[in-house]
Amino acid sequence: MIFKLRPSLCFSALALAVLGVFALFETWITPYDPLAVEFLPLDPPGWKNPFGTDNLGRDVFSRFVAGARISFVVGLTSVFFAALLGILAGLTAAYFKKVQAVFMRVMDAIWAFPMLLLAMALAASLQPGIVTVIIAIALVYSPLFARLVYAQALSLLEREFILAAQAFGCKPARLLFTHVLPNLAAPVIVQATLTVGTAIVLESSLSFLGVGIQPPTPSWGVMIQTGYKWLEQAAWMSILPGMGIYVTVVSFSVLGDWLRIILDPKQLTRKV
Amino acid sequence: MRAFIIRRLFQTLITLFVVTLISFTLCMVLPGDPSLAVVGAEGASEEMIKAVRQELGLDQPIVIQYFKWLSALFSGDFGISIRTRVHVMTLFAQRLPVTLELLALGILFSLLVAIPMGILSALRPNTWVDTTGTVLAVSGVAMPQFFLGMLLILVFALWLGWLPSSGYVSPSESLVRNLLAMILPAISLGSVVAAEIMRQLRSSMLEVLNEEYVQTARAKGVAEFTVIIKHALRNALIPVVTLLGMRIGRLIGGIVIIEVVFSVPGIGRLLMNAVLFNDFPVLQTGVLLVAFAVTFINLLADISYSFLDPRIRHT
Repeated sequence: MIFKLRPSLCFSALALAVLGVFALFETWITPYDPLAVEFLPLDPPGWKNPFGTDNLGRDVFSRFVAGARISFVVGLTSVFFAALLGILAGLTAAYFKKVQAVFMRVMDAIWAFPMLLLAMALAASLQPGIVTVIIAIALVYSPLFARLVYAQALSLLEREFILAAQAFGCKPARLLFTHVLPNLAAPVIVQATLTVGTAIVLESSLSFLGVGIQPPTPSWGVMIQTGYKWLEQAAWMSILPGMGIYVTVVSFSVLGDWLRIILDPKQLTRKV
Repeated sequence: MRAFIIRRLFQTLITLFVVTLISFTLCMVLPGDPSLAVVGAEGASEEMIKAVRQELGLDQPIVIQYFKWLSALFSGDFGISIRTRVHVMTLFAQRLPVTLELLALGILFSLLVAIPMGILSALRPNTWVDTTGTVLAVSGVAMPQFFLGMLLILVFALWLGWLPSSGYVSPSESLVRNLLAMILPAISLGSVVAAEIMRQLRSSMLEVLNEEYVQTARAKGVAEFTVIIKHALRNALIPVVTLLGMRIGRLIGGIVIIEVVFSVPGIGRLLMNAVLFNDFPVLQTGVLLVAFAVTFINLLADISYSFLDPRIRHT
């Protein structure tokens, strides 16, 4: 199974590495200033601008590279906070039976809203911008982690080593964070990897709808939104960022599936 | 069984209560003063703003506002749109048929693609058919719906000129033109769910095809087609039904973006405009109704699952 995944895994790792380098070293890689209007507008791909220019005469490739940074920053931080929130809620609900109903029903209620709609309403409620987008995505995805952590923690709390720790007088916080949490690391990491891709799609959807990252900041969603208006004249404006999102999402999901197998061999046999 | 349904119903009620709290709070923190949206930001006197705030009930404490809103909901009064001054319910009633048509066509498309592809992939595992299916499924999940919609517009509307790129024609005006205009939106909307159903059907089909009763049917000399459709598919479809129920929420979420991309005048566009124009009664009602619908569909999916698969009831 691991062997069979190799070609797609290699491709995904390579794609993420390239986009990751773009995100990290954005200023060194962009051939031109992503915000500067310095070329003919709607110029098709050529030697000077390998992916053409946009409606204002900005270099599409430079904006794409700058957009990679935004996508990665939003994807990774929002999933980090979603996981943090979910872990706290899930662990608390699993250990303290009294708050269980409240915590999990709130999580259910958040989960009942279609993600995009809730994120849209949240993003519109606060000042539009990158921080708002991160907060909205983190909130929307937190139930995913809360449910996972809750279910796993419930069964862990029944295990002998936990009972033993309790018998030794281990305090709840120490019990949860040093005994329960490490045993949850694998599924949480897998879920987080799988979620980064969808978080990036959500960010681009919000930006596309105009309630996410605001132009002229070159997020991939913003680039596609602008490109949409010029679809007939300059399809290159939106194809590159669209493919960027597509490749990133596929790569994160391949990586997540691979991590699932690596980190939890039990799951492999159970699932098949 | 009854205990399971009662427990799920009770949980759903609590969830719905929290849903109303979230919908209400969301709109309370919307930026800008909604009363200014009514009277216009410029040239409004203090008295006018005060009168409008009183009319909208914005001068009362938040808890009272919440309970007033809740009791109005129960009597079917969802308020008046700030922007258009039309009853929110009227706005939704006008647009609901359009959205339902899009949803139905989206689901139809996903089933039409996913069921044959899922069966073929399971019958010929690890061949080019299966690989094509997997690649399509991965693409369907990974491709943002608005980007897929744009690519479809580019190819089928702008390059080939086969289908309209956007807009909506009422079926009473011309059913053919209505359906033609709905094809691309339905494909974009259904793609994600099609991909997920395809994967699910492939794996449940593979599982079922190894069961003894399928072998028995074959040994009895039942035609292969009958074995696959009548014996295997029927059982393999059980998890698909549940998956579909659970994914309808995601489809409804996708409605907003698809309606914006293709300029379809449905509920999604209404909500998008409500966000842009700070029209909180419309947004509040929309978010609430959608969440209610999703919660109920999930409840039905859960219950249907427990009917179809008795093992679930006791967990």
